[in-house]
Amino acid sequence: MDVLKKVPVREQDPKVRATNFEEVCLGYNEEEAKEEASRCINCKNPKCVAGCPVSINIPGFIKEVENGNHEEAAKIIAQSSALPAVCGRVCPQESQCEGQCIRGIKGEPISIGKLERFVADYSREHGFVPTAPEKTNGKKVAVIGSGPSGLTCAGDLAKMGYEVTIFEALHEPGGVLTYGIPEFRLPKEGVVQPEIDNVRKLGVKIETNVIIGKSVTIDELLDEEGFQAIFIGSGAGLPMFMGIPGENANGVFSANEYLTRSNLMKAFRSDYDTPILASKKVAVVGGGNVAMDAARTALRLGAEVHVVYRRSEAELPARAEEVHHAKEEGIIFNLLSNPIEILTDEKGWVNGMKCIKMELGEPDASGRRRPVEIEGSEFVIDVDTVIMSLGTSPNPLISNTTNGLDINKRKCIIAEESTGKTSKEGVYAGGDAVTGAATVILAMEAGRAGARGIDEYLSSKE
Amino acid sequence: MYKILKAEMLADKIYLMDVEAPRIAKACQPGEFVIVKMDDRGERIPLTICNYDREKGSITIVFQTVGASTEKMAVLKTGDSFADVVGPLGNASEFVHEDIEELKKKKFLFVAGGVGTAPVYPQVRWMKEHGIDVDVIVGAKTKDLLILEDAMREQAGNLYITTDDGSYERKGLVTEVIKDLVLNQGKKYDVCVAIGPMIMMKFACLVTKELGIPTVVSLNPVMVDGTGMCGACRVTVGDEVKFACVDGPEFDGHLVNFEEAMKRQMMYKSEEGRAVLKEREGDTHHGGCGLCGGNE
Ligand SMILES: Cc1cc2nc3c(=O)[nH]c(=O)nc-3n(C[C@H](O)[C@H](O)[C@H](O)COP(=O)(O)OP(=O)(O)OC[C@H]3O[C@@H](n4cnc5c(N)ncnc54)[C@H](O)[C@@H]3O)c2cc1C
Ligand SMILES: Cc1cc2nc3c(=O)[nH]c(=O)nc-3n(C[C@H](O)[C@H](O)[C@H](O)COP(=O)(O)OP(=O)(O)OC[C@H]3O[C@@H](n4cnc5c(N)ncnc54)[C@H](O)[C@@H]3O)c2cc1C
Ligand code: SF4
Ligand code: SF4
Ligand code: FES
Repeated sequence: MDVLKKVPVREQDPKVRATNFEEVCLGYNEEEAKEEASRCINCKNPKCVAGCPVSINIPGFIKEVENGNHEEAAKIIAQSSALPAVCGRVCPQESQCEGQCIRGIKGEPISIGKLERFVADYSREHGFVPTAPEKTNGKKVAVIGSGPSGLTCAGDLAKMGYEVTIFEALHEPGGVLTYGIPEFRLPKEGVVQPEIDNVRKLGVKIETNVIIGKSVTIDELLDEEGFQAIFIGSGAGLPMFMGIPGENANGVFSANEYLTRSNLMKAFRSDYDTPILASKKVAVVGGGNVAMDAARTALRLGAEVHVVYRRSEAELPARAEEVHHAKEEGIIFNLLSNPIEILTDEKGWVNGMKCIKMELGEPDASGRRRPVEIEGSEFVIDVDTVIMSLGTSPNPLISNTTNGLDINKRKCIIAEESTGKTSKEGVYAGGDAVTGAATVILAMEAGRAGARGIDEYLSSKE
Repeated sequence: MYKILKAEMLADKIYLMDVEAPRIAKACQPGEFVIVKMDDRGERIPLTICNYDREKGSITIVFQTVGASTEKMAVLKTGDSFADVVGPLGNASEFVHEDIEELKKKKFLFVAGGVGTAPVYPQVRWMKEHGIDVDVIVGAKTKDLLILEDAMREQAGNLYITTDDGSYERKGLVTEVIKDLVLNQGKKYDVCVAIGPMIMMKFACLVTKELGIPTVVSLNPVMVDGTGMCGACRVTVGDEVKFACVDGPEFDGHLVNFEEAMKRQMMYKSEEGRAVLKEREGDTHHGGCGLCGGNE
């Protein structure tokens, strides 16, 4: 064994997986996990922990894995994270825990995400389940949205004895974990469903098909339905478009529509009713995780796929593993290119996309070098489908219908970071609804903070 | 589960159902819609709320079978259930928020085409409840396809029925009745509300534009979530792109780009679209509607 290298993780062969929706990464088995765990030098001052947004005791749980005490490892992780099976799979580890790992200076960092995933999968398979508190404190709290922030907040509150109801607009709980991130990266039945079931086992009720702001308002929940506090974890689901000519042509989708059809509505399976366009050549515009997911979904549905991104490879915001997997599977990257028009045939269907070449100029406010158009460099990519993946913003439905709830100019709810407290008494918020599109682990942490804030608030009211 | 309290066939291919949905019945307003899903593998189908009973906690939907999912829905009986019903979605008709006294000074004309009669009904009923008599034009292909005639007659001030083939009352399209009322019978209208097939709304708008009557239409583009998350429902109104589910479904008919809206509806709908889909979708177009041959 080369201590400078990660124990390689088994993955489906790229050629095979490009045609199926099974999980790409197969994870470590017990032996491999032990071996990888043994590479950790148990730093006294572990840099990795500082890189993890929820400060998991990483050397602590890794030590237990090395010693084969997986249940103990699970308990250590559970002190800081409610969704380890999810985070182990989707955290951008290279810029968080693993990015700080001391081993990474000379060789490869410890595979912290894969070890976390191993522990979570092992506990699920061996039935370590949370138990509901014996008695509730009789106080009712409503949680809006069942994404990672809502699930975490609800779970924490239930453990403290609150009676929690989650209201979810869609027909299935899970938020982006269910409708956005594809099966091949985050299995629904195998991983997401059990995490949701665990929250239910804590006594949390989930009412689907309820849109807060339409079916019932926050004020009604507080004044008429007896809820004493509310946590808003409604995410940032509103897709953006570019505003270029031809964008409403048939065959132009938002990544959200494409992914929702495929993941939530299971359009990739012939035993479900919802259709999805099986395209021959697809352009995905954007370079984030969402773009990679849309591209790899289109590939699996049989298309040749181009990712069109206006900066260079170094600026791609997606997780490194996702970009690597996408390339292995045969996704073509058209970098430093920006669409300026979508071309259509006489019946209104996409038949090409006109782009312009870009070069990187001076750094902008975000510190990244700003792309500028190269004059006269227009070219046409021959595609029949375009998927726009330019980012999302919070849905204004709740803020528009709630008296006294302040938002900022990006439509994000204004909330205190450490408690989730908003401008409205008894109302707390967190996750993408507050920060704009971010990450699972940050949403989860915000759910935790909200639960603490609500507990303090309701305890002080006695 | 959302129980079907009553299921009834109103005309060939047109069905009415009362569905138990207490939260929606309590909150809904005319102009809003719901999304129903039959079972765990079904599609999400948007349907206008055609009536509501706040006490009973039920809403009424009326739908026409046009494809796979609506065909399956038509088979449901009293006592069966939908797996999911979510709503109310969209915005209430604008007049709901207007001052009643101001409203009473305005003369409204409602124009309903085919199954569009159903969504027009709650609006006319709302007017009547607020002491406002409105004129209503209902158009149907033929007598047998006319729906909700008695119910509409109870709520409308004047009701004008027309059939394409002349099999009942007037003969001709709704657009001809609009012209007749204004040009020959000296009627004046301040607002027209036209709801029906896209093509009917398009032509109704051409006529009302000529006659100078501001017109509201209710659009029914393809939708997935109905909450502003996917953008499938985008329509161009004036110079702006709107999401029909959260910005509409009602818009200023004189500003709607109907050409684009009709093309977009074809995406999963028309014979043409189906043929294209069959070619392009291959295995993922599930067919089952019996019309497009997608499942052959
Ligand atoms: C395709 C995709 C891939 C991603 N990949 C990664 C990744 O690899 N790693 C990573 O860390 N992050 C990733 N993210 C980002 C991450 O998923 C989000 O940051 C995270 O899910 C935010 O959690 P949340 O709880 O704030 O909101 P969401 O997960 O968005 O959940 C919000 C929920 O609230 C519901 N809701 C909204 N409005 C209402 C209302 N009015 N009433 C009732 N319910 C409502 C929504 O239906 C939804 O279910 C990805 C996102 C997408 C879209
Ligand atoms: C806001 C709104 C209100 C509506 N109200 C009513 C109503 O009260 N009564 C009624 O009969 N119909 C109504 N419709 C139309 C109804 O939703 C469609 O007829 C239905 O979705 C067709 O489904 P299908 O699978 O049977 O047909 P198919 O033609 O097989 O549908 C295939 C696909 O196209 C989509 N689709 C096809 N036509 C439409 C359409 N016109 N609108 C939206 N999606 C479509 C479906 O979602 C599906 O994904 C409304 C639509 C909207 C958007
Ligand atoms: S939660 Fe994310 S950042 Fe923290 S240890 Fe796990 S994978 Fe790393
Ligand atoms: S920094 Fe790396 S080696 Fe050190 S404790 Fe953390 S994981 Fe182990
Ligand atoms: S239906 Fe998805 S945004 Fe309107």
